[in-house]
Amino acid sequence: MSDSKEILLKLYTDMVKIRLFEEKVAELLEKRAIKCPVHLYTGQESIAVGVCAHLKREDYVFSTHRSHGHFLAKGGGIKKLMAELYCKEEGCSKGRGGSMHLADAGMGLPGSSAIVGGTIPIAVGAALAFKTRKIDNVSVVFFGDGATNEGVFYESLNLAALMKLPVVFVCENNLYSTHMHISSCLADTHIYKKAEASGLAGIKIDGNDVLKVFKAAGEAVSAARNGKGPALIECMTYRWRGHVGPNYDIDKGLRDKKELQHWMEQCPIIKIEKILFERDYISETEKSDIHIRVDEEIEEAIKFADEARSPNPDELMVNVFKEGQL
Amino acid sequence: MRRISYVDAINEALHQKLAADERVILIGQGVTSPWYVGNTTVGLADKFGSERVIDTPVSESGTTGVAIGAALAGLRPVLLFPRMDFMYYALDQIANHASNWRYMFGGQNNIPLTIWGIINRGGEQAAQHSQALQAIFAHFPGLKVVMPGNPYDAKGLLTASIEDDNPVVFIDDRWLYQNMGEVPKELYTTPIGKGAVLRTGKDITLAATSYMVTEALKAAECLERENIDVEIIDLRSIKPLDESLLFNSAKKTGRMVIVDGGWKTCGVSAEISALVAEMAFNHLRAPIIRVALPDAPAPASQILEEAYYPRADNIAEAIRESLKNYS
Repeated sequence: MSDSKEILLKLYTDMVKIRLFEEKVAELLEKRAIKCPVHLYTGQESIAVGVCAHLKREDYVFSTHRSHGHFLAKGGGIKKLMAELYCKEEGCSKGRGGSMHLADAGMGLPGSSAIVGGTIPIAVGAALAFKTRKIDNVSVVFFGDGATNEGVFYESLNLAALMKLPVVFVCENNLYSTHMHISSCLADTHIYKKAEASGLAGIKIDGNDVLKVFKAAGEAVSAARNGKGPALIECMTYRWRGHVGPNYDIDKGLRDKKELQHWMEQCPIIKIEKILFERDYISETEKSDIHIRVDEEIEEAIKFADEARSPNPDELMVNVFKEGQL
Repeated sequence: MRRISYVDAINEALHQKLAADERVILIGQGVTSPWYVGNTTVGLADKFGSERVIDTPVSESGTTGVAIGAALAGLRPVLLFPRMDFMYYALDQIANHASNWRYMFGGQNNIPLTIWGIINRGGEQAAQHSQALQAIFAHFPGLKVVMPGNPYDAKGLLTASIEDDNPVVFIDDRWLYQNMGEVPKELYTTPIGKGAVLRTGKDITLAATSYMVTEALKAAECLERENIDVEIIDLRSIKPLDESLLFNSAKKTGRMVIVDGGWKTCGVSAEISALVAEMAFNHLRAPIIRVALPDAPAPASQILEEAYYPRADNIAEAIRESLKNYS
């Protein structure tokens, strides 16, 4: 796929959608309209969008506790998403999952896990099934830099390379594992190098540059789809908000204000906007129209979530097993 | 009817399920190496190939995640652990992921996964090559747990586990592997959640799991000579338990001894004991007695092993105890 006007505008619109959604969720958290723990994706939008642009509906995306961006980028329904944040019955997970457990099975979103690194081997398994069933789907897993401290990450890289499976590992290196800076977590902070040691391709890119993500992901997804095996993409980025909730973790003394400002200047949306204007792909009016449309969509989602039914306590035990309860 | 060994019953179930359903795969350590898993997988790799019979390195957590993911993408994996002791490495994937997945996402998808754990103990193998972990797995809400006690149920429960749309932990004990029994040639299932009365009796109920059923039968034969008439229940499913079978038998005999090959504290025997007390207290004529492993790691020394693993003698003694003090 080329970086045509059409594609760039799609990438931009999807990024704006995630940004405005997350910033609205931050407000709703402050108002306590949303109460479940929420890990915001603001500042990392280019990664989910740049990768998912290469995926078809049947491809699988596995995600983490910070999953709203992946959900929206893969085509998950925005109303179902908001309703899940409200823990309502009409939420994508019927109010049983909350922000950290999002799925939209029909859109290739089988689920996200709050256990750091938990979905990495599961994505490898989906890729195994695709290969065994001889269908050319690809499995993608997003995870943070913190997950590379988990043993199962290394097991998964090895198993994927050993069996040459169609899986793409996307590490969103936002420099922090909850409160802890990467330099305190990893003796060698170049995560992409772990790929070579495990026998698969690895690359490190500027994750805030959606065109770089789009290019690297395009190559990795196409290689995986064509039977050439897995790859690891390390995307350097930064989450603007704190680990959890609407705050910035500056107040807690966990991060430096200057550092945050530096990264806000590297805003992935401003970066792509600049290119759109330079190439004359967009006017101020068109930009404003996109924002208005997205805002409307989010407001509709909030209205939907607000009016949605709460789960019925009589149905507490439903879905423990396929047949309900035992 | 044809009589075959427990090992051959397992092997036949796998051959027939892999042949009948192309979604079924077998994945785990040693599946291509017959000695590793007591000959249960003989001939599978040759017949079905390395794409469906997948031998894995020692990566229990990774491999379990792989099996879960494969289940989410259209396969029905059988995930093998040649020793239960190594399943602790896989606990996060089993308890946090497989067990929770369906519920956590509002029932959008299933994990049709058979988690096959083998109890491999005795022979001075010591604490990390001996464990029977049925109680741990029965504790997690989204898992079913089954334990066959004979060749018929080995084939029937393994088939039922593979056909179930939920994660099922299928636990078998290598002490059963050479037992012979009647096994139909064709595929059939032993229903999950149903126990079986192996011997009817009026004096006392003996509820046992897995290999302990064999010891329970020996104990009952011995007690027959003392004119004690023992009813034996083979539980077959640890979760869900066959509550009505337990209730009816407890109601009839008024006495119960529970025999399980796991540890006593918070074990399967403790759970059944509590359940029977809740359901049938008014019918009980004596306290429920548990025969289970002492709360110690498995020892190596054969002399200590003999003291550690309960046998028919210990069961018979428990039954005499129950009958002696209360009328």
